Amino acid sequence: MVEQAAVATGRRQRSRPLRVLIAKPGLDGHDRGAKVLARALRDAGMEVIYTGLFQTPERIARAAADEDVDVVGLSILSGAHNQLFPQIMQELRRAGLDDVLVVAGGIIPKEDIPHLQALGIAAVFGPGTPLHEIVAFIREHAPDRERGS
Amino acid sequence: MSDLLARVRAGDRRALARLLTHVENRTPLGLAAEREFFRQTGRAHLVGITGPPGAGKSTLIAALAREARRLGLTIAVLAVDPTSPITGGAVMGDRIRMLDIASDDGVFVRSLTSRGRCGGLAPSLCAMAHLLDAFGFDLIVLETVGAGQDDVEIARLADTTVLVLVPGLGDHVQALKAGTLEIADIFVVNKADLPEAARVVGDLRSLQRLAGAASPHIPIHATVATTGDGVASLLQGILDHRTQLDATGQRLERLQRRLLSEVRFLALEALEERLDSALAALPENERAALVTRQVDPRTLAERLLKGLRLNLPLGSH
Ligand SMILES: Nc1nc2c(ncn2[C@@H]2O[C@H](COP(=O)(O)OP(=O)(O)OP(=O)(O)O)[C@@H](O)[C@H]2O)c(=O)[nH]1
Ligand SMILES: [Mg+2]
Repeated sequence: MVEQAAVATGRRQRSRPLRVLIAKPGLDGHDRGAKVLARALRDAGMEVIYTGLFQTPERIARAAADEDVDVVGLSILSGAHNQLFPQIMQELRRAGLDDVLVVAGGIIPKEDIPHLQALGIAAVFGPGTPLHEIVAFIREHAPDRERGS
Repeated sequence: MSDLLARVRAGDRRALARLLTHVENRTPLGLAAEREFFRQTGRAHLVGITGPPGAGKSTLIAALAREARRLGLTIAVLAVDPTSPITGGAVMGDRIRMLDIASDDGVFVRSLTSRGRCGGLAPSLCAMAHLLDAFGFDLIVLETVGAGQDDVEIARLADTTVLVLVPGLGDHVQALKAGTLEIADIFVVNKADLPEAARVVGDLRSLQRLAGAASPHIPIHATVATTGDGVASLLQGILDHRTQLDATGQRLERLQRRLLSEVRFLALEALEERLDSALAALPENERAALVTRQVDPRTLAERLLKGLRLNLPLGSH
């Protein structure tokens, strides 16, 4: 129901579905949250590529590049975001992915957020964030590539 | 824009990924690329891997990729996942099984959905495979869930079609729809670590005996995709199949058939699209005439067909 409302309000017209990579960097073995988000994005009509657990920054960038996604969603619970996220952003740039929208979710203390945003992570969603909010944010901020190359 | 084509020609992998998106979505650039690169295709070995959901196709492809790399062959995978019929979205998890080879330059994995396009998935899939072929990958593997007619059609697009079966599907071998077994050049009984696997192999053998000596002998490979058992031999079987096709001259015959069916897919798709828009544009009085029985469906269908402008360029969406 909530999803339906988001579809009705937040949509920008695109001629193809958004492609989103959901990645689990680091060593925590909990991917319930990542999977719930993957399904929510699917139910919102997006094509979601889920990488599975224990991804390294290089592999995340490689998958994002080869799959040519519009959005990368990082899910992390281990507390290693301050180490891993800078590496991931660097690998994404190295792979030529300057225009992807990067968002993050999981357990991330408030005081770390400004630093992560400075790295180029567009939004950090805490554990309680309603899914439709994430969906709407992605719809709103995903790069509009229809005009670009 | 055409800068992207130049970068792909120069072997830029990122540009390839981006151009694949254009090809998949039939953008003007994608259509131009299809034409441009077609002449450079024909070198790769196209392998279709199909089978019921959960048979271990993705795991098997990851294992095949490892073996292929050991032989020094490069490999690209196009993994097709079904789209949710309701939202058009999909979750694709094929990356999961590729961890150790995920950053190898000789391996390229791309997921796509069936997207419920009219004309099916085949036209986009063919075009993407051509581009990967032109880029220089030795093996191009198409993973599809062997469920519907569309998947059987897709399986036909490969040089070598591998049908993956598993134990535990009841009398699955017997229940396979007519036409499904016939598409296979190679049978795989995966999950050979499970007790019932020998029976599946046995069932396949007796089916082959029933089919008689006139029908071609199809090799059967037992594999455990999770450990890699039997996978080296399967890869060899796949490579041998193409060598055989070459030796008997069947490869050209198949290639022609395959490309013709690609032509048919494209034409059919364009036809369907135009038919649909002609139907949508049908004036209200003609619709009403159907209901009041002043015109019969066949007459109207013929009139619609005559009115279609079939000489427009393809892929206008
Ligand atoms: N015991 C056993 N399990 C296997 C084998 N191969 C794959 N599996 C398991 O079977 C499950 C499905 O494997 P996938 O590779 O995702 O199967 P798939 O055919 O690609 O599935 P879909 O793409 O969803 O149709 C996974 O849990 C695998 O670990 C095998 O040889 N033996
Ligand atoms: Mg699979």
